[in-house]
Amino acid sequence: MWDAYLFEFVNFYLIPGLVLGCIYALGAIGITLTFGILRFANFAHGEIMMSGAYITWTIMTLLGAAGIVLHPLVALPFACIFVVGLFLLCDRWFYKPFRKAETIKIVIASFGVMLIIRSAVQVIWGPNQIAFVRGISQPNAWLRDVTGDMGAMIIMPNKHLWIFAGTIVIVIALSYLLNKTRTGKAMRAVSDSPDLAHVTGINVETVIKATWIVGGICATAAGVFLVMDTQTLETTMGFRMLLPMFAAAILGGIGKPYGAVFGGLVIGLAEELSAYPWIGTAPLLSPGYKTGVAFAIMVVMLIVRPQGLFKGRAF
Amino acid sequence: MTDAQTGAVLSLNNLKAGYGQTEILHDLSLHVNPNEIVAVIGPNGAGKSTAMKSVLGLLNIREGSVVLNGEEITDTPAQKVIEKGISYVPQTNNVFVNLSVQENLEMGAWTRPRGVEARIAEMYDLFPDLAEKRHQAAGSLSGGQRQMVAMAKALMVDAKILLLDEPTAGLSPKYRGEIFSTIQKIKHTGVPILIVEQNAKQALGVSDRGYVLVDGANRHTGTGEGLANDPEIARMFLGGGH
Repeated sequence: MWDAYLFEFVNFYLIPGLVLGCIYALGAIGITLTFGILRFANFAHGEIMMSGAYITWTIMTLLGAAGIVLHPLVALPFACIFVVGLFLLCDRWFYKPFRKAETIKIVIASFGVMLIIRSAVQVIWGPNQIAFVRGISQPNAWLRDVTGDMGAMIIMPNKHLWIFAGTIVIVIALSYLLNKTRTGKAMRAVSDSPDLAHVTGINVETVIKATWIVGGICATAAGVFLVMDTQTLETTMGFRMLLPMFAAAILGGIGKPYGAVFGGLVIGLAEELSAYPWIGTAPLLSPGYKTGVAFAIMVVMLIVRPQGLFKGRAF
Repeated sequence: MTDAQTGAVLSLNNLKAGYGQTEILHDLSLHVNPNEIVAVIGPNGAGKSTAMKSVLGLLNIREGSVVLNGEEITDTPAQKVIEKGISYVPQTNNVFVNLSVQENLEMGAWTRPRGVEARIAEMYDLFPDLAEKRHQAAGSLSGGQRQMVAMAKALMVDAKILLLDEPTAGLSPKYRGEIFSTIQKIKHTGVPILIVEQNAKQALGVSDRGYVLVDGANRHTGTGEGLANDPEIARMFLGGGH
């Protein structure tokens, strides 16, 4: 059963697809929450992700120079503080003035924020690629041996295991927040109806701040997971993620966080599996067209089922 | 007029108000006394709902004042108005459809500092139908039950007054009767109610007093019974009285 084809399929397509899916999912959570609660498509979200990865790298590098070697996941929470601060400042300066204006103004403002953040990152860290981690990541020996003994060898580097674990922890924490805490329930209430939330006495500005905090943490994690995977920092990486993240949010039904997680996994898998040699020996689609897959899914969804895959309650 | 307002829980005094440049209320005065149900009736577009929204600070008040228990609250933002004890149930879109019944009540208690659980239990006593549906999404309930959720949600604060904007619009006669009897039950808990209604006859039937609003000003005022039996009002609003 576990022949060379299946080995290749699982290890070189399925697992990388799920890893990419986790990254898209975390990014899409922030996009979908922003859309649900603030009612606009935040074009700066990819840039926030990217800046989170740069800040994480900087924390690791500075402490590394002092002889303290940090795992990216340890530096991540500290980077989150910076990124959340950045999100809140952006809101205060660029989004809040447009809160009562037509949506298009705040969307254009987010486009401006996107350019500002990317340019600032290029000024501070330079426009060239930076190696996030050097060296080739070895597969986890324990997992390889155990699965190998069972006759279905999985070769997965530790970084991918961390990405899975990190994503699962964040999604569980998010689910707890949204369903069990007062602030989380208020986030769902505002997403449901901002007008009713207003006349219910809910402090909508507090809910908006909570949204930026949650979106900022998820975005930083997505950015760090992305550079853990690619091992390279690039100032354009956030923008490249934007389309698949939007596709994921739309696939899951915009405004629905669990939908975004599901959508992210589907888009990640679809991109990777599109390059599998389903027919003959050549990739079905050249890997260069991966992004096109997300775009195609998004276009088809918007035409056929703009409300997303899930009917009603997927929040 | 002014004399009648002494001791009123809520009074709207010579209000001129509207959205943006459009003035909808030209000269509206009304008040609600303790332990009263007061109905505001009138044709479509008379400004009934606008009168309510002006209390919530949702539109521009040009002239006049809104007074709650002797304190002027003209143009106070909605959140503050609710903290002061005014509960408001909008006509449509008045429950969080994706939240469960229980969560709707919890959100209604947003400005309530403590005693949320106890208040929720009181609400389930007042609206027994809701107790068994507490974990269902409010959007999955029937129109009448949603209206119950909306009222319970609004009553989660220690309301000094309850404002109901057309609570029976679009409901079946069975539910209409149930809503009106619930309104009377709420009154007996000591909360005065201001109600805006299309179903004028039924609304006046449960009301202590009523106002007839025409073109953004009050045209007639009287006891609920008096207005309901007034032949002119019957002809105008109550659907072809003889």
